[in-house]
Amino acid sequence: MFAYLLTCDHLVTYYRRMADDDRVFNALADPTRRFLLDLLYQRDGRTQSELEQEVEMTRFGVAKHLRILEEAGLIVIRKSGRNNLHFLNPVPIRSIYDRWMHKYTEQRAATLLALKHELESRGDTPE
Amino acid sequence: MTESNTQAAPEIQIYRIYIRATPEAIWNAITSREWAERYGYRAPVEYDLRPGGKFTGYASEAMMEHGDAPGVIIEGEVLEVDPPRRLVQTWKVLWFDEPATTLTYEIDDDEEGVSRLTVTHDLTGAPQTALQTAGMIDGAGGGWSQVFSDLKTLLETSNSLYG
Repeated sequence: MFAYLLTCDHLVTYYRRMADDDRVFNALADPTRRFLLDLLYQRDGRTQSELEQEVEMTRFGVAKHLRILEEAGLIVIRKSGRNNLHFLNPVPIRSIYDRWMHKYTEQRAATLLALKHELESRGDTPE
Repeated sequence: MTESNTQAAPEIQIYRIYIRATPEAIWNAITSREWAERYGYRAPVEYDLRPGGKFTGYASEAMMEHGDAPGVIIEGEVLEVDPPRRLVQTWKVLWFDEPATTLTYEIDDDEEGVSRLTVTHDLTGAPQTALQTAGMIDGAGGGWSQVFSDLKTLLETSNSLYG
């Protein structure tokens, strides 16, 4: 196994991608962090104090969550004058979608969604 | 069924991705016509890589087949060139009546063998273009996120996701 890791570039790339994905899944596996991302989705480029006002949590707690999001590549911090502005970076989520959702779900999910639509449009389920 | 997008897209959009490739390979994939046809929207580009040089974005074959796309869909001017690290250009989508936007590509070294591509798109005053690049227009593709996710896959595995 190790020999492969050392010699086969494809596997190295594969495992590296797994590590990237792990960080993204881990970062998303927390409601506060998802809430912070939603805040940035609503209005991008906020300072840490602006984000702190929206979350019932200590400064330290928010900083910790933001650091995990940054390490996962889900936010990018840019200096602007004296402020650090936080921007949502959607690319890792897109990569997860491309890698894990798109590939497996397209056919079957389309069928299921069509079924759901068909059943719901019969009128016994509220829109 | 169709969700209307009442939400505005950010005026400053930042996209960052780590790619296991050299800065030169990434630079090449962004600026050469042959590479641009192999990922994202598969739309060819043409760059005159010097300050004041012209940028032209063409419709892809798929867009042409839909019939309503003219040959050239995006125009711009190169503002700064520092291969393979930094490229600044204007970027004007011709199908919206909106001012030119500013696109900055920065390519940095990360850990060994990995480069970091950061793309900053200043879309001030161009809300429709911003929705397009953010992938927020239904049926108009995933915008830059999809393009750069696909670019990573192409450079790391030699396969595009949407081949």
